[in-house]
Amino acid sequence: MKPFRMLGRSIRDAFKSVVRNFSLSLASISCITITLIIVAVAVIASFNVQNFTKEIERDMTIVVFLENDSTEEDVEIVKEKLEKTANVESYKFQSKIEVKKQMQAESEVFDRVLEEWEDDESPLKDTFQVKVKEIEKIGKTANAIQAIEKVSVVRYGEGMVEKMVTAFSSIEKVTYGIVIALVLVTIFLIINTIKLTISARKREIGIMRLVGASNFTIKTPFIVEGMILGVFGSIIPIIISTYGYLVFYNHFEGYLFSELIQLIKPEPFMYMTSLIVLVIGILVGMIGSASAVKKYLKV
Amino acid sequence: MDLVRIKNVEKKYKNGVTAIYDLNLAIEKGAFVFVIGGSGSGKSTLIKMLYREEKPTKGQIIVGGLDVAKLKNRKVYKLRRKLGIVFQDYRLLPKQTVYENVAFALEVIGAKKDEIRVKVLKALEDVGLKHKLHEYPDHLSGGEQQRVAIARAIVNDPKLLLCDEPTGNLDPDMSMEIMKVLEDINEKRGTTIIMVTHDKDIVNKMKKQVITLKEGRLVNFKKKGTYNNEAI
Repeated sequence: MKPFRMLGRSIRDAFKSVVRNFSLSLASISCITITLIIVAVAVIASFNVQNFTKEIERDMTIVVFLENDSTEEDVEIVKEKLEKTANVESYKFQSKIEVKKQMQAESEVFDRVLEEWEDDESPLKDTFQVKVKEIEKIGKTANAIQAIEKVSVVRYGEGMVEKMVTAFSSIEKVTYGIVIALVLVTIFLIINTIKLTISARKREIGIMRLVGASNFTIKTPFIVEGMILGVFGSIIPIIISTYGYLVFYNHFEGYLFSELIQLIKPEPFMYMTSLIVLVIGILVGMIGSASAVKKYLKV
Repeated sequence: MDLVRIKNVEKKYKNGVTAIYDLNLAIEKGAFVFVIGGSGSGKSTLIKMLYREEKPTKGQIIVGGLDVAKLKNRKVYKLRRKLGIVFQDYRLLPKQTVYENVAFALEVIGAKKDEIRVKVLKALEDVGLKHKLHEYPDHLSGGEQQRVAIARAIVNDPKLLLCDEPTGNLDPDMSMEIMKVLEDINEKRGTTIIMVTHDKDIVNKMKKQVITLKEGRLVNFKKKGTYNNEAI
């Protein structure tokens, strides 16, 4: 089969070229290696930020206290109104009796104090724990709930929550920006290094064109060569980032600074990160060599 | 049957220099044609247009049924597969052996290994280099290197062999050796040969067709021509 034969030759030529232009290949590979290490760190950081932003957002609740004299009918009405409020994802109801039991279980002091009250004269309040869909709108939702009849107090981490959310989203944007910029810089560097290997083989390309090789035939070995450089260039970044993250994760026992910031478990996460690094390496090598060879295919 | 037909061709380079003015030519199959002329006569431009290294600014060039002037850049290989081209500077790959250099022309068009072997050996036999298969070009004399280049040019059985001053770097003895090889190819394979040269002795000895160009215009086209100093 002709296409397979041609592909075989392309791959053979690409490997030959990598070995023959060893110093240049090494330069390209180290170039890819360094940038891919930084890309890997950025990817890990970006995914972790995304992960704990989501975790924190999931934990974020609005606590709604009802008036002390609320009856069971009142609770039902509030429930209905909560369901109609925009941005409410779900809610959990705790009656004052449940709250009392929970508090008694938590501490002995509470247990003694609360023991003295009968259920109907309890100072505790019926509460709702409300989860929201969009964390950015938590303030508005809280205000809407406040307006419902029989609601006494609404609490959420006012101020602090909003600040954290905006901080995280800007961190995320910055890391994405860094990753994209690095990838572009790498492509640029690859284009230039492969241009050097190609200009050393200008003669060969000229002869190939003279004897009737199609542009596709001429291009393929160089593109394969770029892919090989990409694969070799991603080996060290994959090893460093995987082991580095494992050590980092174990050292901090899965949490950064506080239990609030939870790191992603390394097991499936690092496979994915390695794959991303490998794919970026291969793509960068391919794009770089393809655009470097273009110049030599004009008459 | 004409293998090459050139109609009203004009070539004007981007720097404003006109190399060819309104050229009309027809070269028949199996011919052996010299193209002669002084420097700036347009002979190199003419041969470059035949293998589409250059495009004519006006007119039509037909080579083996292909309209060369209209050929798109990425389709040029279709023309090149019908041609063999030989240059003054041989253009061999220094890191490959004689055999590999000739086989290269067939490998890049995807020929089978067995087919390559048969054709390469035949081509090298035709140029008398069958005993130097595994030598590297650096170890060969200029004449031998040029014979390798000729073998590479004919290995694909082209209809037309274009030679751009193939003897320009060689001494008279070696030049005649090359001419014998070319004449052989012309007679035995029936390959049409167009050769640009300024070597008076060769043209006079060979007694082939001669196209004389002067300042971009055709001066004459003789069936059994000689190198006429006055015309140039």
